[in-house]
Amino acid sequence: MRMRDAGPALLAPGLLFAGLGFAALLAPFMTLAANRIVAGEGVAVWRVADPVVTLPGIVALAAGLGLGLLTAWPRVRIAGAAMGLAGLVWLLSQGATVLLDGAGQYARVSPGAGFWCLLVILALLLADALSQLSPGPLARALLLAAVVGTLALLLQSGALSQLSVMREYASRQDAFGDASLRHLGLAFGSLAVAAAIGLPLGVLCHRRETLRRALLPVLSFLQTIPSLAMFGIMIPLLGWVADTVPGAQSVGIAGIGFAPAFLALVLYSLLPVVANMLAGLQSAPPAVIEAARGMGMTDRQRLFRVELPLGLSVILAGVRIVLVQNIGLAVIAGLIGGGGFGTFVFQGLNQTATDLILLGALPTVALALSAAIVMDILVELTRPIPERTP
Amino acid sequence: MLLRAALVALLGALVLRPGWFVWAFAPFAPEGGPVIYERTTLLSLSLSHLGLVVLASGAATLVAVTLAILVTRPAGAAFRPLSRTITNVGQTFPPVAVLALAVPALGFGAGPTLVALFLYGLLPIFENAITGLSTLPPATMEAARGIGLNRWQRLLRVELPLAMPVILTGIRLSVVIALGTATIGSTVAAKTLGEVIIAGLLTNNTAYVLQGGLIVGLFAVLIYDALVQLETRLSRRLGTV
Repeated sequence: MRMRDAGPALLAPGLLFAGLGFAALLAPFMTLAANRIVAGEGVAVWRVADPVVTLPGIVALAAGLGLGLLTAWPRVRIAGAAMGLAGLVWLLSQGATVLLDGAGQYARVSPGAGFWCLLVILALLLADALSQLSPGPLARALLLAAVVGTLALLLQSGALSQLSVMREYASRQDAFGDASLRHLGLAFGSLAVAAAIGLPLGVLCHRRETLRRALLPVLSFLQTIPSLAMFGIMIPLLGWVADTVPGAQSVGIAGIGFAPAFLALVLYSLLPVVANMLAGLQSAPPAVIEAARGMGMTDRQRLFRVELPLGLSVILAGVRIVLVQNIGLAVIAGLIGGGGFGTFVFQGLNQTATDLILLGALPTVALALSAAIVMDILVELTRPIPERTP
Repeated sequence: MLLRAALVALLGALVLRPGWFVWAFAPFAPEGGPVIYERTTLLSLSLSHLGLVVLASGAATLVAVTLAILVTRPAGAAFRPLSRTITNVGQTFPPVAVLALAVPALGFGAGPTLVALFLYGLLPIFENAITGLSTLPPATMEAARGIGLNRWQRLLRVELPLAMPVILTGIRLSVVIALGTATIGSTVAAKTLGEVIIAGLLTNNTAYVLQGGLIVGLFAVLIYDALVQLETRLSRRLGTV
């Protein structure tokens, strides 16, 4: 509880949040546009609806930012941030209905710069307060479940269905479902294949110095190749395979689409998998290995009963890197017809339809964040000697 | 070494004398279609691509190292947990998503690409600079204080030089990501080598895709390699390796 003793100096982040937060309140909270393509006009937070409606929301926001100053009580700060977020959602859902009223059939309302800034500030405030409490893995898992559950309820409830992003979603529900499955298939499928190849390679590298010296530099160079170039280079390569290897086309290998994207992701995943497998196996203390040898364990027994269990958290840390990286890179698949959320992002960029971009980008970000949190929890749970970072 | 020289030569030829490679790319071009990208010279695309990366990474280095210095001073210590949260969370944001989200805020063109590259580039440099500046050997710091160096002198003559290899690693990570993200920047109308790849994808011209992909890939690999060399040389001079 070092933080509590430090006293007033720790007020600084709270002041920063409050200052930025109140400044963001002055920025346009929502935008109203005549249709989905044109740029919208900003509407200030106190003008999105009747004062009777906006006042409680604004008060909740201000109170949330104010409570954030109470550095000594992280729980109060968390409650404040939650209250602020609730106020934010309230203003957004009320504002959407009021602004659209009588604005015409094609009119669209979207969250504006002020909303996004306040969202980021309150989320950071929440994260900052949470890190003060340093919750254990179980608490973090429950918290994530609660956040995801709340978000799902909110989206289900229809409170936000007037927003432009949700309108884009409503007109593409089936495509969105397909894209989600494709995206997950790309990210997790390539991880599975990379693990199937990379984990044994890691074991081999652990045993053979020469292989390690030859393989790791090659893999790290692969990692540096820009994603678009890598995806592009895969196209002629797989096109050639599809044309020359009999039966390749029948299993879905083609120059463009899913196959080149998948292969590119697998190649990107190999370095973190192999390098972390190696580091995990090497993390077993020499004395433990000596003891295992002394007990008469064979190489295989030592691997499965000693080295792997002790290195599991490091290996999972590699999986975390791969998963977060692949969820992001799978967006590029949208450019080569590989599907996934990238389809919406690049369609949106082509049509300059901001909300279509958001429809692709927001789920990607949410997926990457959740994957990172879940994997962090797993890494911590599998750590041989649990350590607490302050 | 020989391989390195060969790759540099190949890259130079690909950029400056694309005509030499017609025979290599022709089999990939569509029947009767153009083989070599000629809408803009590859040299100008390369220069503006690298320019974006240098500008963004340079600004990111400056800002990130300054912030890291502030946060590692006693007065800035209050922001340490917060800055750790921001870097951890920020790095889980996919670079493509950052780029895509910059467009609604800033419009199309080189602007959003530059901002996305800059913002994303901050994180690895900041993280590494903090690590470098907060894991200095205590004995050395004590000695620096002992010989009467003041805080500025300690920072400039002891702390920063000692942390430099770690900071450079961060810069390398950041540059590699920036090179890749800049490539995608051509989808938001920034002038980069990604343009060649995208043009190839749009017109089903694999020759373009391959040409752009090779040039970008070679740039990335060579720049990465050069920065690794620089790091090893620096570490060796500092006697830490």
